[in-house]
Amino acid sequence: MWVYEKKLQYPVRVSTCNPTLAKYLIEQYGGADGELAAALRYLNQRYTIPDKVVGLLTDIGTEEFAHLEMIATMVYKLTKDATPDQMKAAGLSGHFADHDKALFYHNAAGVPWTATYIQAKGDPIADLYEDIAAEEKARATYQWLIDLSDDPDLNDGLRYLREREVIHSQRFREAVEMLKEERDRKKVF
Amino acid sequence: MNKHTWYKTYRPYISPMDPCPPIRVKRYSTPPQLYVGFQPPGLEQFPALAALKAGTLWKCFYDPYYSMKEIKKGERE
Repeated sequence: MWVYEKKLQYPVRVSTCNPTLAKYLIEQYGGADGELAAALRYLNQRYTIPDKVVGLLTDIGTEEFAHLEMIATMVYKLTKDATPDQMKAAGLSGHFADHDKALFYHNAAGVPWTATYIQAKGDPIADLYEDIAAEEKARATYQWLIDLSDDPDLNDGLRYLREREVIHSQRFREAVEMLKEERDRKKVF
Repeated sequence: MNKHTWYKTYRPYISPMDPCPPIRVKRYSTPPQLYVGFQPPGLEQFPALAALKAGTLWKCFYDPYYSMKEIKKGERE
């Protein structure tokens, strides 16, 4: 069960009217390494992982939904007042034809989200290594989004989201160490 | 975390036949979580409000990314 707080995890501010940025940001919404993929991956893997790391997957999976909401807010703010011509100029005419201003789970190239982006192998180490890789890829995506964006307020939010990926990666790495159970032993292999 | 840098650079091969003006130095990110291992107790913390803004409570994990454009404009904190 979840408790919803009607506020964003971090304030989303957008300073320039630039629908093109929305086209790039949607990568983190419905892309392979996006927040939706992350949330669904962790919240599904957690059933078949050792008890001591279930809570970590629950917490991080939940936080990914908070990030999804931030990305959605950014995309919405960047497109809500755009005319069809501005959508066209931003390269969003294909999106507009199908969805008007509605958000949809696809990547920056318009490819719809698919469950094949995520895996649940049932092997705790294999799953956690996938999770670490997913966090590093999401971190890299935020870097490229910051590179593409000229909006200082938006970049502030993107930097926050990238920092969270750093922390999530750290915690998944610690989860691997816990499962290895050799952490406190002074042993030379 | 002392004088460590979270970014590394390399110089790719530049061909005399390249069609575009070369980017001589390429940069990549090597963030803190690659080095820390299992987090030891007692690390330095941000004050609560600064932590909410930074995205982490722990100073050693704070590594904000700025584009080259931002760095040139001096927007880096």
